[in-house]
Amino acid sequence: MPVILWSDALVFLLLAAGIACAWYVRQREHLLLPWRRVAQSATAMVSLLVVSLFLLVGLLDTLHFQAALSEKNSGETVYSPEVLSVFDLLVTPLRTQTEKTYSAPLAVTLYAKESIEMPDGKVLREYPRLRYGGAHLTDTQRQDSDILWRGLTGALAGLLAGLLIALVGKRWLAQRGWPLRALLIATLIIAAIIGMTAKLAAAYHVLGTDKVGQDVLYLSLKSIRTGLIIGTVTTLVTLPLALLLGIAAGYWRGRVDDVIQYIYTVLSSIPSVLLIAAAVLMMQVTIDTHPQWFDTSASRADLRLVFLCLILGVTSWTGLCRLLRGETLKLREMEYIQAAQAFGVSSLRILTRHIMPNVMHIVLISLVMDFSGLVLAEAVLSYVGVGVDPSMISFGTMINGARLEMGREPMVWWALASAFGFMLVLVLAANLFADTVRDAFDPRLNRTEMVA
Amino acid sequence: MLAYLLRRILYAVPILIGVNLLTFALFFVVNTPDDMARMQLGIKRVTPDSIEKWKQQHGYDKPLLLNNAANGTDKLTDTIFWQKSAGMFVLDFGYSDDGRSIGREIATRMGPSLEIALPTFLIGLVTYVSFALLMTLFRATTLDMAGVALCVLLMSVSGLFYIIGGQFVVSKLWHLVPISGYDGGMGGFKFVVLPIMIGMIGSVGSSSRWYRTIFLEEIGKDYVRTARAKGLSELAVLFRHVLKNAMIPILTGVVVIIPLLFMGSLLTESFFGIPGLGSYTIDAINAQDFSVVRAMVFLGSLLYIVGLILTDISYTIVDPRVRLS
Repeated sequence: MPVILWSDALVFLLLAAGIACAWYVRQREHLLLPWRRVAQSATAMVSLLVVSLFLLVGLLDTLHFQAALSEKNSGETVYSPEVLSVFDLLVTPLRTQTEKTYSAPLAVTLYAKESIEMPDGKVLREYPRLRYGGAHLTDTQRQDSDILWRGLTGALAGLLAGLLIALVGKRWLAQRGWPLRALLIATLIIAAIIGMTAKLAAAYHVLGTDKVGQDVLYLSLKSIRTGLIIGTVTTLVTLPLALLLGIAAGYWRGRVDDVIQYIYTVLSSIPSVLLIAAAVLMMQVTIDTHPQWFDTSASRADLRLVFLCLILGVTSWTGLCRLLRGETLKLREMEYIQAAQAFGVSSLRILTRHIMPNVMHIVLISLVMDFSGLVLAEAVLSYVGVGVDPSMISFGTMINGARLEMGREPMVWWALASAFGFMLVLVLAANLFADTVRDAFDPRLNRTEMVA
Repeated sequence: MLAYLLRRILYAVPILIGVNLLTFALFFVVNTPDDMARMQLGIKRVTPDSIEKWKQQHGYDKPLLLNNAANGTDKLTDTIFWQKSAGMFVLDFGYSDDGRSIGREIATRMGPSLEIALPTFLIGLVTYVSFALLMTLFRATTLDMAGVALCVLLMSVSGLFYIIGGQFVVSKLWHLVPISGYDGGMGGFKFVVLPIMIGMIGSVGSSSRWYRTIFLEEIGKDYVRTARAKGLSELAVLFRHVLKNAMIPILTGVVVIIPLLFMGSLLTESFFGIPGLGSYTIDAINAQDFSVVRAMVFLGSLLYIVGLILTDISYTIVDPRVRLS
């Protein structure tokens, strides 16, 4: 039975809006032009490739359902209370093969010694073998060669698959003047890494396991969705607020401007972490006092995520609003606006037809620039205790859980390293892409780069 | 200028009232004092009596905004909103849930916060500006490209990583300084070095890149060409002309945060166990102590507004053309 959580619905809405925008832009050559410039940049396209992979994982993880249980209750199908996603289904072994507790990446034994009772009654202090990691090995001496063999064959298989994709995509790409070589190399590298990981993950815990024995690779992949949702759904709140209020303040000036300026000065004068903390604290109390609103724990955690996006959006629209107000103040004095006013075009039409399209580049730039900041903010907020629900898998909760294990001997570093690593790749790719987008769309910046 | 400043200060009053109303709405309208009492008392031993008692103890047993039972001005003043907010305007923050004076806590914790935040800010500013100037000097070369790439890489790393990684490498592997802790006076030096360095490195990427953009924008202007035409060396142009003229955009971003340094940094202080305002705030958030969080929100916005006014004043100092009126 498909389940649509609140955040899923918002993601679908966002996806639909994105596709609609893309279709609209495709029809119009002048809007397409800056995007062509983006497409010619090797860095941008490679980072876009990386980001799209993350997006793919996030989207697969967004298609939720409740599995039907095998036994039937008086003819009616009973559904499991556990909400799963298509992504969970794809990586079922990763999800279900949990160990007892910590184990290092690619290990075959737990990380700490335990007393094991031998068949002859003797008790031995030994590193116990893992239930799943490397369970196919009869001789642990062969572990290294097995890993090497698996890694190499996996990488080779990945390379072959990557070559196949590249051959198919090549002709299609060549016509468009896209950076062929960079994309080709990136595809091959990514395909090899994926192939290697997939092959190894079938027999080992590639990134180790955490305190309760869950596979860290699985946790990291699941965290992607949370990060992406925080980075994107927040814009659903920011955008209408900033766009409407910013343009209105700039265009009508006077009283309207005073009121809007007052609102955003008040909001922006509160340090944002504190405002977020205050709002999240309140939300927590509300959620705790109304347990009857949520039928599953997943829906509670999910609603908390949506509220977090809402709060982040409400606290972060002021910057964009100020920019838009300034730009509108400038635009409304332009000749073409004055001409429209002289012709008696209604204000609403001037706003939508003449001003809105001309501030869109600011909106776009600030959206792509904000994304990475929001992904990073999630981790910090979760650490402060005002982030996502503790039961929700996210980079923040991963870091929070692993942080205290740094003091252990031997050190448990893998959960922390994976969370930071995945976050770095995602944020770096997003930053590089955002930079190119900004360069392509910002007319002012282009000029200075040329002079320099 | 005095009249202008006075007007700005007066303008701050409605904004602070707005901030107060907003936090008040967040804290008391979304959740009634009853809910809060239930949260604070725990789930188990909640009786209507104990809720009433808790509310009375903490002064929440009054109407929210308007007291119809009272007469005259008491109608407005004998309410939770007035009781809890009016004092803040004269910097009287009341008491936290565990009965301590918030004002005194703030006064004693400001020192440690400043001890971290001020050096971080100063060293950081010098580093970022020098790094940016260096990139500007070598603009459009491989060195500049590498610098920008490094900046993008540095700003893509989570701030938590710098703290955790720094503590691990410097304190645990190299045993150079203690992992966390705080001590007043000169003995405390070893405790504050690491937080300061990490705080500085944490924003080296974004800040340096931002300053670089500012400098590049300035360097494209006509006066720079004139200065070069006069035969000035590139270094002299950069330091004597570009740096000075870039002051206005730099000040816009920098002066605002100076008063906010008093607030300390949430993350750094809680990771390094510094008894400053940042860790105070985090503790209050974790303990769900609303009066402390409200006080900190108010203090934060007050300092922010002070920062805005200071920014305006600083303009007149660096640029004689700016007149405040």
